[in-house]
Amino acid sequence: MGRGFQLAIAASLCATMAVADAPAPADVVYEDGAVAQSLTGVAGDVESGRKIMNKGAGNCIACHQVTDLQDLPFHGEIGPSLDGAADRWEESQLRGIVANAKIMFPDTMMPSFYKNTGYIRPGNAYTGKAPEGELSPLLTAQEVEDVVAYLLTLKE
Amino acid sequence: MNKAIARGVGAVALSALSVTAVLADADDDQLVINGEIEIVTEAAAAAHLENLDTVYSGWRFRKDETQSAQADDFENPGFIFVETAMDSWNTVEGEAGKSCASCHGDPEDMAGAKPTYPKWNEKAGEVRSLEMQVNGCRTEQMQAEEWKYTGSDMTNMIALLSSVSRGMPVNVAIDGPAQATWEKGKEMYYTRYGQLELSCANCHEDNYGNMIRADHLSQGQINGFPAYRLKNTKLNTVHDRFKGCIRDTRAETFSPSSADLVALELYVMSRGNGLSVEGPSVRN
Ligand code: HEC
Ligand code: HEC
Repeated sequence: MGRGFQLAIAASLCATMAVADAPAPADVVYEDGAVAQSLTGVAGDVESGRKIMNKGAGNCIACHQVTDLQDLPFHGEIGPSLDGAADRWEESQLRGIVANAKIMFPDTMMPSFYKNTGYIRPGNAYTGKAPEGELSPLLTAQEVEDVVAYLLTLKE
Repeated sequence: MNKAIARGVGAVALSALSVTAVLADADDDQLVINGEIEIVTEAAAAAHLENLDTVYSGWRFRKDETQSAQADDFENPGFIFVETAMDSWNTVEGEAGKSCASCHGDPEDMAGAKPTYPKWNEKAGEVRSLEMQVNGCRTEQMQAEEWKYTGSDMTNMIALLSSVSRGMPVNVAIDGPAQATWEKGKEMYYTRYGQLELSCANCHEDNYGNMIRADHLSQGQINGFPAYRLKNTKLNTVHDRFKGCIRDTRAETFSPSSADLVALELYVMSRGNGLSVEGPSVRN
């Protein structure tokens, strides 16, 4: 238990550092849809990434199946299975896909998770109301790194 | 995408909850209401639908239990509201001392109205939804107060008007003076709204039949509205449904009764031309 607590503190420290260092979404450099540079310089946390796959703004399994996450009910059928994603893609490509999949796959239905401008009628989360001030990207820079770290474990 | 794998994973998730339904596209069930009203739940797509060959009622995507609740008016919870509307049909209200019945006779005499709305109204110079028409009758003919657009008086009345047209094919006009409104609705249908940048077409044209998390996507047809939803145990209006789907894209929604949603309604209704009117339907 003590160790879990320490880990939690470490994670929140990382998150704070990440905010200070991360490039603004518009400043991320894509090359053929891939992003070579870590968004934070802080290694992604696989466990945190695993949670983001299921919940909140990530909710990746709304659209994707992942055998490793079979303990969670209801995987969507919109996108391809992510089993073996790490065999198909380099880390930089996975970062690019998670940050803004529309660069790798033009017109894809997959939301852009590290982007905060250029929307039509954006709202204030799920309230249906107009946003107040600038939008936050769907995932923070560190959350993107966490998800990428998790995806890198998906080998067949 | 590998559908076989997708289904495999889905089946694992489902069997954990010991549900036996097979996940798939529209099923093959047929709907006959009260043993007599035959409902067309599958039809050749109207010529204006470029990306679909066949249109399906949302009924074809629901589980057997939900489907069977719509096959008998005694089991369809929507009919409690239809009966309430029968009372308001006969109730005199407003300065003119009239009820709906004073001008229109029996509700059954209105059979055939629902499948043609939204519809161009020459006098008003605009496309009107059935709700707008009902409120027009209330203010102009009855000199009574308007009903709230998505309030229960209105929704119950739309359910009554729908019930008497069940089995008749949706047949809204999209040309002539209605065309500009229809075009606007079409543009909305393909616009990727909100922070999730999702259009109606992303879910209901490109992915009907697929699961999105726990939801089995239908074509998002509105031939069955108002819809009694088991989830919120009330009748749901078309505009509230649109509002909810747009909100779920993390967008600023449109207001029920707005010209925007009437345009979207005309367009979505036209995508169901050929399907039977089946409201009040039962959905989850
Ligand atoms: C609304 C649907 C949707 C959501 C939500 C979604 N994706 Fe996707 N994703 C797709 C689709 C569709 C594709 C296929 C790309 C295309 O359009 O050609 C895809 C492709 C991918 C790929 C490449 C697939 C491969 O193995 O070749 C990865 C990796 C991926 N998504 C990860 C994620 C992660 C991680 C999340 C959550 C943070 C996520 N996706 C959320 C729809 C979605
Ligand atoms: C992110 C996915 C998504 C988007 C985008 C979306 N919907 Fe839906 N919609 C759903 C889900 C899930 C349901 C419930 C299952 C079903 O009937 O498809 C639903 C249901 C509906 C229904 C009820 C169908 C019935 O038979 O009861 C209608 C009508 C509808 N949507 C219209 C729309 C319209 C119009 C838009 C665009 C303005 C839209 N939807 C955008 C996910 C979506």
